[in-house]
Amino acid sequence: MTDDEAIATDLTLRVKRLLDDVDLAGVSREDFLGARFDAGLAWVHFPPGSGGLGLPARFQEFVDSRLRAAGAPEHLPGRNGIGRGMAAPTIAAFGTEEQKARLLRPLWTGEHEYCQLFSEPGAGSDLAAVGARAVRDGDTWVVNGQKVWTSSAHTAQRAILVARTDADVPKHRGLTYFVCDMADPGVEVRPLRQITGEAEFNEVFLTDVRIPDADRLGEVGEGWRVATLTLNNERVAIGGGVPREQGMIGKAAQAWRERPESRNPAMHDELMRHWVEAEVARLSAARMRQRLAAGQPGPEGSAMKLTFARLAQAISGFELELLGEDGLRYDDWTARRPESVEYTGRGAGYRYLRAKGNSIEGGTSEILRNVIAERVLGLPAEHRTDKDIPWKDVPR
Amino acid sequence: MTDADLLYGDVEEELRASVRRLLAQRVSTSAVAAAYDEPADFSALWQGLARDLGVAALLIPEELGGAGATAREAAVVAEEIGRTVAPVPFLTSSVIATVALLESGDHETLAALAGGEATAALALGLGAAAPPVSATVKATPTGLSGHVANVADAGTATVLVVPAEGADGIELHTVSVPGPGTTVTPVPSLDMTRPVSDVVFDDAPSRRVDRGDPRGAIGEALRAGAVILASEQFGVASWCFETTLDYVKQRYQFGRAIGSFQAVKHRLADLWVEVGQAGAAARYAADTHARRDPDVAVAAAVAKSYCGTVAVHAAEECVQLHGGIGMTWEHPAHLYLKRAKADQLALGTPYEVRGALAALVGLPRT
Repeated sequence: MTDDEAIATDLTLRVKRLLDDVDLAGVSREDFLGARFDAGLAWVHFPPGSGGLGLPARFQEFVDSRLRAAGAPEHLPGRNGIGRGMAAPTIAAFGTEEQKARLLRPLWTGEHEYCQLFSEPGAGSDLAAVGARAVRDGDTWVVNGQKVWTSSAHTAQRAILVARTDADVPKHRGLTYFVCDMADPGVEVRPLRQITGEAEFNEVFLTDVRIPDADRLGEVGEGWRVATLTLNNERVAIGGGVPREQGMIGKAAQAWRERPESRNPAMHDELMRHWVEAEVARLSAARMRQRLAAGQPGPEGSAMKLTFARLAQAISGFELELLGEDGLRYDDWTARRPESVEYTGRGAGYRYLRAKGNSIEGGTSEILRNVIAERVLGLPAEHRTDKDIPWKDVPR
Repeated sequence: MTDADLLYGDVEEELRASVRRLLAQRVSTSAVAAAYDEPADFSALWQGLARDLGVAALLIPEELGGAGATAREAAVVAEEIGRTVAPVPFLTSSVIATVALLESGDHETLAALAGGEATAALALGLGAAAPPVSATVKATPTGLSGHVANVADAGTATVLVVPAEGADGIELHTVSVPGPGTTVTPVPSLDMTRPVSDVVFDDAPSRRVDRGDPRGAIGEALRAGAVILASEQFGVASWCFETTLDYVKQRYQFGRAIGSFQAVKHRLADLWVEVGQAGAAARYAADTHARRDPDVAVAAAVAKSYCGTVAVHAAEECVQLHGGIGMTWEHPAHLYLKRAKADQLALGTPYEVRGALAALVGLPRT
């Protein structure tokens, strides 16, 4: 028996034991997920005690598919993606044993939903320029500042937060990373209405927010390195693939099929160009997953996000033109508070407007091109005037 | 889709290394460029590939004297040929003509093709995306008569595989060249690394090789051609991208490497994304063809239309980002631009291919 077969046999047994120990009909989602965490089946690549078994990550799908087939409770779709996708790997990598034991289980079960307090009005692409100040007061830190573009801030119990703890050193060296309790009385969340009419995101005002030093992740001044790990996971999470002819191209193809009266030869070729590009993007995502599974991780996450943003914008704009006069009607301008983004569940006008954010959120397309050019292609880095001077002296 | 293998296996990488080594030893871009000025003989290069490495035998089954490999291996060879713009009849003889003969049931010619003693060309214009509805060449009891324009690699072929109009529709014949009644006239070609010729038959003796309507066989040949051409286009694009990336790192203006300017960096980042995705599309087409997956028709059309456009874009960026040197005869960029543009017109332009794809995926033009 190979090592992989031995692991698979062991995992099968652990999954069976987990399922035998609970009453699937009666157990609550949170209780089941807690038992799954305790069994080391939450993230098999995390260490024992942190919801894992210290196995290669490729065995996760083995566990997930078996639990899914058994009808075991799963996470609510679209909820706590920041917690599981970004905060968890950061805590696992930089947390102390005490922090991992305390923070990961409620994060996994959904008891603690997370949001991300990174971007600020003055620190967008230049994230290392964040100005929210954290000042030490004995065993706690006192935080003051403003964060923006925070999804789920109005529902989250916890936040991952990057704040400036030293203004006298260059920007990358004066940052520290915290886990913040969103119930602190100094946290004020205001909806941020966007061009679609809804308020998917928030502005978060931090006034004398007190964070115990025990909730600091990584060393003081090490916040940039910690945040980089979080953001690398963000780009992976956004750059996923979809089945053939789904998402934006699926809606455009559907409109083409349902509206023979709108067809003309010029638009037909444009539709087919988009169709081909969407299919090629899908194949590229599939290949990226195969390379990862074969242990050949590539830098293709940034490429996928660039392509996804470009196609989403081009295809949603095309779809509106295809609809002609019907494209003049919009489905709903009310300031809704959606819990997840659902492109295909809304009208074409919504898709067009929301897709504008795809080349801005999670790294603008311009920044991603810099990332590819410098880190993948080895081209010279941008000229930086602020690199070696104290943060407080940088012009702003 | 779930079964598709979009990566390269160890055997494929070994084949790539052998082909790359041989091409590096036996062909240079200056020798290729010379073919634009006067007729050049690249038969030794082709013999090396065909006879020493056996690339001509890849798609021929073992029982017919071939290697019994698949489009996955042939695609790797095409990538390397694209990277060097080598003037060899791999696509035209070892893929298109070979598949046409294989699918129509003619096994006599294949053994000679497998060993590299013979090379063949399908007597259709290189632009053909689909089998002809009627042929310009007539099959009569006295032989073949008629003409075909723009037949790729006919100038070096020893066998022409000719769709001809017989009494009951299209037939497929083979004609030995040189031979009586057949005139092959090479014409100046946009891409002299895959030159085209005009072919005239005047009562040329021939052998009929099909067993009934050969349009299915011709269609299979053109599809295999599109699949392999996509990988060649990926190879052309890869060379253009890598060469340009190297150049912008070492070319200094304004006291800086030009690759440090965002206007240049961003173009290269976008091109890197495009070329990488062309590789995924080409690999998927080769893999579906190798597994006889019914999705191959869609996969071939996607790959051919996408990779053709990317190769041209990569070659155009190569010329532009090299600045003045990219416009010279001395620099090899022009060889790749000509190959890329001619490849884009071969086997159906991207417009035509997208039109055919639309029918396959239920998105009618009207």
